[in-house]
This record gives sequence, structure tokens and C-alpha cells, in this order.
Amino acid sequence: MSDVADAEGIALKREHPARATLRRLFRHRLFVTGLLLFGVIAVIAITAPWITTADPQRLSMRNKFLPPGEAWVFGTDNFGRSLWSRVVWGAQLSMIIGASVVGLNAVFGTLIGALAGYFRRLDNALMRVNDALMAFPAILLAIAVTSVLGPSTLNVILALSIVYIPRTARIVRSSVIVLREMEYVQAAVAAGAGHWRILRHHILPNAMAPMIVQLSFLFAYAVLSEATLSFLGVGAVPPTPTWGNIMAEGRDFMREAPWIITIPGVALMITVMGLNLLGDGLRDVLDPRLRIQQ
Amino acid sequence: MTTPLVTASGLSKHFEVGGGGFFGLRKAATLKAVDEVSFTINAGETLGLVGESGCGKSTLGRLLLRLIEPTSGTIAFDGNDITRIGRMEMRGYRRSMQIIFQDPYGALNPRMSVEDIIAEPLVIHGAKPGAETRKQVTQMLEKVGLPARALDRFPHEFSGGQRQRIGIARALVLHPRLIVCDEAVSALDVSVQAQIVNLLQDLQREMGLTYLFIAHDLSVVRHISDRVAVMYLGKVVEVADKKTIYAAPLHPYTQALIAAVPAQHPAQRSRGRRQRIAGDIPSALNPPSGCRFHTRCPHVMPVCRERAPELREAAAGHQVACHLTDI
Repeated sequence: MSDVADAEGIALKREHPARATLRRLFRHRLFVTGLLLFGVIAVIAITAPWITTADPQRLSMRNKFLPPGEAWVFGTDNFGRSLWSRVVWGAQLSMIIGASVVGLNAVFGTLIGALAGYFRRLDNALMRVNDALMAFPAILLAIAVTSVLGPSTLNVILALSIVYIPRTARIVRSSVIVLREMEYVQAAVAAGAGHWRILRHHILPNAMAPMIVQLSFLFAYAVLSEATLSFLGVGAVPPTPTWGNIMAEGRDFMREAPWIITIPGVALMITVMGLNLLGDGLRDVLDPRLRIQQ
Repeated sequence: MTTPLVTASGLSKHFEVGGGGFFGLRKAATLKAVDEVSFTINAGETLGLVGESGCGKSTLGRLLLRLIEPTSGTIAFDGNDITRIGRMEMRGYRRSMQIIFQDPYGALNPRMSVEDIIAEPLVIHGAKPGAETRKQVTQMLEKVGLPARALDRFPHEFSGGQRQRIGIARALVLHPRLIVCDEAVSALDVSVQAQIVNLLQDLQREMGLTYLFIAHDLSVVRHISDRVAVMYLGKVVEVADKKTIYAAPLHPYTQALIAAVPAQHPAQRSRGRRQRIAGDIPSALNPPSGCRFHTRCPHVMPVCRERAPELREAAAGHQVACHLTDI
């Protein structure tokens, strides 16, 4: 005991819990791999204006179907546009959409989930609406919403948020239901704490772990769904480059110019795999109980 | 005669269980966790509350603090009815009544430092976080036997006994008058239990506290209590001062409970036939008719199956609910 605790029996080793969590995360190999893969795509997306020279929308029929090489890193497409520029700007759009969907989910998913889980009177009403939305297959509902709103980047963000917020809300709700029965919450009630203080100080901080795990997977789903929507032609409007519409155009020339469809596909795979590994790592470290269920 | 600090009269808590279903069509069963319970706690005393698991003693403790809203009955604190007052008005009373929990792991928020945990009641009641609050928290920590170094630590850095001390500090920081100790020592090792019980007794003397000490360990209750109340299936069946109830229990259930306590020395073991109770506690969802103890009572009479006995004064300060004593 003497080497780990002092005379009063209080542990000597001092480390802030947040730092301990970070240390464990960076020792988790899958998490680091995922972070690196996702990090590469994220850096490319952020630095898009500086690492591309050619305008992704400038046509140049003389240069069409050029294979990847020295002059054109990723080659050119059927209109002679630089595929490098298009994929890099597509990455930026994917990241913007992914981050926006995650942000909207973090705010509204938490809000709805916390209200339903904490104020049990609201639970039935909120969760039945939730269930109704969750009953639709995700991609069908997203297509339906974008068809109604019309194809645009903003509408894709809205559609994906409508699809995924019920799922996030459900996860938050289930943690809140467990946490509100904890004795430290009872102690706070006994001390006279109001609802807001209890939610803010006692329930939400402890519901963060499963939430962060969920949001990292959600980022992957959002990027993937966005690509699906624009592949199907209901996403951002061409000629705005997105991975999905580059792949849709490249599909017709798969035999003659396979790089057009392959390169954005690989980029999408790297992003989604990186995010999934990152999410797995977060789950193992932050919320080990979930591991058994999956 | 000392004045009662808490008076509960006809206090009940019924839970609806299993109800709901689609459009609420399924019929709910009623679980009478606490049923028509009346008792008083005098200022400065310790009332022990004992009973088997699931008899409603924890629910009763939480009802007194209105952590659970009673179905019926009233609670008076210091002569004022607090059963139906609003949240804001109740907050004023919360200063004077606090609770210590059983589970030293679940009772402290893992994401808050010890300082934040103990300061929270002060902050809720208007203290500004700062040097003055910190000083009060440090003093409280010292009172419960923890060094000031513990302030910036987190709950996971402490042992079970230390966590319980932190829980006690949080309950006492507002200088309340009533403390509900909900199985406060049941989850601890025996040696740590003794330390915490002694700490509770020292603090009671020092701060003039009144305890409702909920436990299932009769030896601990005997050590700390002035009076003891015995609960069975949501009912209080006997209340008396400690000496009387341990020496001359009247209710067959109390007799059986006390006979089941192992003697401290083999020579004290009674030679006579031990009072035993057969079977398990019946379900509170479907309690027996009449006296709830009749299914297990060795002295059961026909009247017991039909009519529930009232809690009556059998001798001065000794109340019991049993048909045997009515005659």
C-alpha cells in the first residue's frame, strides 16, 4: 500500500482523469490508425484551396481521359477536368457535410434525448415520433427528404440530420434514464438542485462517453450517405464536385478510364474506415461495456 | 417529553407497476411499498429503522425528504407540513434535511472533484464559489477525517470508507438537523463500518443531529439507536425504545428478528427453542389479507387473516401492531 497511497490511504499517483483517458486513447493502436487515416483526409479537405491549382470545374476537352501521371496527379475525367482538384474539393464537401450533421446531432439529439429521458412525461410523445422516423430505412428517408426540399448541399445536411437525430436521441435517452436514478443525482435533489443544474452537472457529463462514440460512427455514416445521395443524383448539384457524383459520372467510363471511379471510391473508403477505427478505439476506452453488444 | 422533529402520519407510497402497454391498455398492478405509516422522530435522537430487504424502509426514508412524492399521508418537519409545498419552498427545508446513501460508489458523481461535490449544496443555497466556500469545505473535510489534500481529487481515488466520509461531508455541509442514513454502513467492511458509525455518533453530539438510521443489521442499529422501528411489507409493526425492543419485543416478527441475531458470546446463547420464521417475505404486489405477517407467524389466529391490526400503544412509548396484544 505504501508505494501507491500515503498515510491517510489516498492514492499518491496523480493524474487528471481527462489526461488518463487521452493517454489510454493514444496507446490504442486502432484508434491511432483511424485518427491518422481520418486526419489525412481532414487535412487535405482543409487545405484544399492551397493544394489544388486547377479549377475543379474548368472544362478542357483537349485533355479528357488522361491517366494519372506527372502532369495530372490523378488524371482527368471525361470533360478533361483535373480529378485531383475534384477529389480534393469533394473531400472538403464531405467533411463539411459530415461535421454539420454531427454538430446538429450533438445539439438536437442530446436535447431530445435528454428531455425524453429526464422528463418522463415527454418520453412517450417524443419517442413515438422518433420511432416513426426510425421505421424508415435511412437512405430512403434521406432520398424522400431531399426530393421534397430539392437537391442542394444544405438540404443534404438537413435530410441526413432528420434521418440520424432520432438514433442519437435514443442513445442519449437510454444513458439519461440510467443516470437519473444514480444516487448522486438523488443527493443533488436532496440538496435542492434544480432540473437544469442536475442535467448540466450530473447527467450530461456522464452521458458524454456513449455520445462521443456514437457521433464518431455517425460521421462515417453521414459521409457514406452523402456519397450515396449524390451518386443517385439527389445530393449537391453538379458540377459541384462530390465523391458521389464523380463516381456516378465515372461509372460510364469504368473500362476506359477506371481511375475516375476508383480514386474517389478509395478516398471514401479511407475516410469511413478511419472513422470506424477511431470510433472503435473511443468505444473501447470511453465505454467498454458497449463492446460486448456489438 | 422531547418535541418531535419529524411527524409522519398515514404516509403511503404506491407504485404502479407493469402498466402501460400499447395505448396503456394493460392494467397496472399496485405495489404498496409503504402503506399507512405513522411515526415521529424526536429532535436529537436516532431512530433505527429495520426490516428485511424490500420491506420499504429505503422508500420511507426517501419519502421523508420528498425525494419520492408520497401517494397519501403527510410529513411535518418541525411542526410545518411539507407534504404539498412547492419546489422553491421545499428548497428552504432541504437545508435542514439531508441523506447519506448506501453505495459509496454510486453516491458520488465520478466527474466532479471532491471540492465540487461537497461545495454543491452550498452553491445551490447561494454561496459564491471562492475562498470562503473553499474554507467551509476544508473544515467539513477535516470534520469527517479527511485531509485538505483530498479537495482536488476525484472519487475514484478513494476507498469505500473514504468515499462514505465524502458523502457524509456533503450531507453535513449545510448544517442540517435531520440526516437520513440509508443503509449508510451496510456496504462497508466491518472494521470500516465501526469507524463510520463512530464518526456519525461524534458528529451527532457535535452538531446536534437527528438521525433516521435505516439498516438491516440489528447489531449496528442496537449500537447507534435510541429508539427502533420495525417494518414488515410496507407497514411499521413495532416501535419502542432500544432497551425495550431488544429485551421484550412484543410483535412475533420482531421477536424472530431479534432471536436471529447471533449471540456475542457462546455462553449467552439461549438454550431454549429459537423463534424462527418460515418461508420468504410475501410479494408486496399481492400482500396477504389481514395482518401481513399472518402467513409466517407462529401465533397466527383466525382474526389475523381477516383484519389488519392497528399500531397501538401497548405501554408508554411502546407501539405494536398485533392482535395478540389487543386482547
